[in-house]
Amino acid sequence: MTEVTLSNVVKYYGKHRAVHGINLAINDGEFVVLVGPSGCGKSTTLRMIAGLEDISDGEVTIAGRVVNDLPPRERNISMVFQNYALYPHMTVRENLGFSLVIAKADEAAIAKAVDEAAEILGLNELMDRKPAELSGGQRQRVAMGRAIVRHPDVFLFDEPLSNLDAKLRTQMRVEIKKLHQRVGNTIIYVTHDQVEAMTLADRIVLMQDGHIVQVGTPLELFNKPNNTFVATFIGSPPMNLVDGKVVGAETIELYGGLSVPVPAAARGLISDGQHVKFGFRADNLMPVGHSVQEEGEKADLELKVTLTEPLGTETVLFTEIAGNEVQAKMLNPRPVRPGEVLKFQLMLDKCHVFDAASAEAIRG
Amino acid sequence: MDRNLTHRNRKRALKALHFIALFLTMAIICIPGLWIVLNSFRPTVEIMAKPPVWTPSFTLDHYRAMFGGTGEGGVPVFSYFRNSLIVSVVSTLIAILIGMSGGYAFARYRFKGKAGYFVGLMLFRAVPGVALSLPLFIVFAKVGIIDTHFGLILVYVAMNVPFTIWLTDGFFRQIPKELHEAAEIDGCTRWQAFWRVEFPVARSGVASAAIFAFLTSWNEFALASQLTRSVGSKTMPVGLLDFTAEFTINWGGMCALAVLMIVPALVLTFIVQKHLIAGLTFGGVKG
Repeated sequence: MTEVTLSNVVKYYGKHRAVHGINLAINDGEFVVLVGPSGCGKSTTLRMIAGLEDISDGEVTIAGRVVNDLPPRERNISMVFQNYALYPHMTVRENLGFSLVIAKADEAAIAKAVDEAAEILGLNELMDRKPAELSGGQRQRVAMGRAIVRHPDVFLFDEPLSNLDAKLRTQMRVEIKKLHQRVGNTIIYVTHDQVEAMTLADRIVLMQDGHIVQVGTPLELFNKPNNTFVATFIGSPPMNLVDGKVVGAETIELYGGLSVPVPAAARGLISDGQHVKFGFRADNLMPVGHSVQEEGEKADLELKVTLTEPLGTETVLFTEIAGNEVQAKMLNPRPVRPGEVLKFQLMLDKCHVFDAASAEAIRG
Repeated sequence: MDRNLTHRNRKRALKALHFIALFLTMAIICIPGLWIVLNSFRPTVEIMAKPPVWTPSFTLDHYRAMFGGTGEGGVPVFSYFRNSLIVSVVSTLIAILIGMSGGYAFARYRFKGKAGYFVGLMLFRAVPGVALSLPLFIVFAKVGIIDTHFGLILVYVAMNVPFTIWLTDGFFRQIPKELHEAAEIDGCTRWQAFWRVEFPVARSGVASAAIFAFLTSWNEFALASQLTRSVGSKTMPVGLLDFTAEFTINWGGMCALAVLMIVPALVLTFIVQKHLIAGLTFGGVKG
């Protein structure tokens, strides 16, 4: 059983505090993704778990053991680096077997483990090549193979796909997920790409400025963002936010004159005159006749399209509400000219209200 | 059409100029060496002839004399060779060990006054060695290590360490730190990570540093001529002076000894150059 826990973990670089007392419990076999913009402390956190950075304060445990002061080699972890960090002077076979050679395993055991890993990752053809003779995707696979050879308690991935081109990234994403289903180890994965986070994670840990902003399953973060940062970070295109003010108890007046009813989830939790941000995703604002037929409260809007992004099965329409640029989605798309005025339906049940001052979600 | 022609001609002319410039440069570098080799095989009369004799004759007299008895213009070639070898090899080994450790520290660790130390080391390189010869002579004489291998080795180590640090620092800097991190996660201690991963990757850099250190020690004359006196410690460059007498200089003999001096350096450079040219086998990380 390999749980990883972080309690009040703090990292100082000199006087600069990079990580502010993080608490996190990761279950055995869980795939956890640390995601956030660059400089949010996600890589630092991972490196503290790996033992590559000192832990300034707090406690990290792996498999029930406090590892704060253990060197990386005694933590029984594997790590895949962004730049792969393959040993350039060794062949693929030697790269894969290196950890076992260091551990003084006998040759037959090494050969067996290496062949097994090569089999899983389809590296059989490449075993006698040097890293310089491999393509980016192959190097990535070797790095993963090197990680699985030692049967670690925990896999750590530090932005492993950032150096690959878009197509390969999608492929490798699938391979990583397959790998996890096959070996079932605990995985902690760092990325700045919310798509990777959504597609891979059992649980996402969203970080900002050295704090954890929200922890939850991908759908929890998508459907119930704690604040505007989560709302705009998770999901593509990002959630639309429109400034507005509560009038009475039932209506939000968006600046610019448009009014919408208060979504059910926020009813009773807001007060007259409160400044809010009204949020909704592009999927919940669709032109009439090009939308999903769903039950629920709806509001009708007439909006002028300023720009279109056709994606095939859908077209993203850019429009404006109360001076804020807003994106909408059109299913079964037909060509739309910029400047065309369309009738839209806004799914009120799926809308969010955030306090303008604190950016926190207002939700029952 | 015309424009194409002029451009093509200009390109040809540039190419030709390029070759001429290269030829001249190489000639300036190589002809003195070639002259030494040729002279070592010529009778003294021919060496001194004016106008020069263009069709050389061939004789091994100078080599025969050099290895011959003391009275017939012989010099203790083997002793000098042994001294040179001992001093150069030992001082190179020590300089590489110290310099590599220093270079690694500068490349990998942060410590107080790092920039200051580094500049200090480079400044030390700026002091001309000859300027130190008198103080060194006095100190060495007082301590009693004048005219010993040890004294000369000490001087050469001091001369070579700063340069080695500077060179290896550059090579270690090019190796991404993730390599030793990966090695440490794979179960290495810091020490193992260095010797099993970082050192092999940087070996071409270390090899070039070693070559430079070796050649510096092997060819050094100014300090060695001050600090060595006897057959037991004189190195080959100093040994060349044996061919100058009060009124005459035995050019042929000097050239013959010079050839013996050049050959090992050339051979060594050829052996190691494969490492230098093989260069950094990067590719383990995204490059």
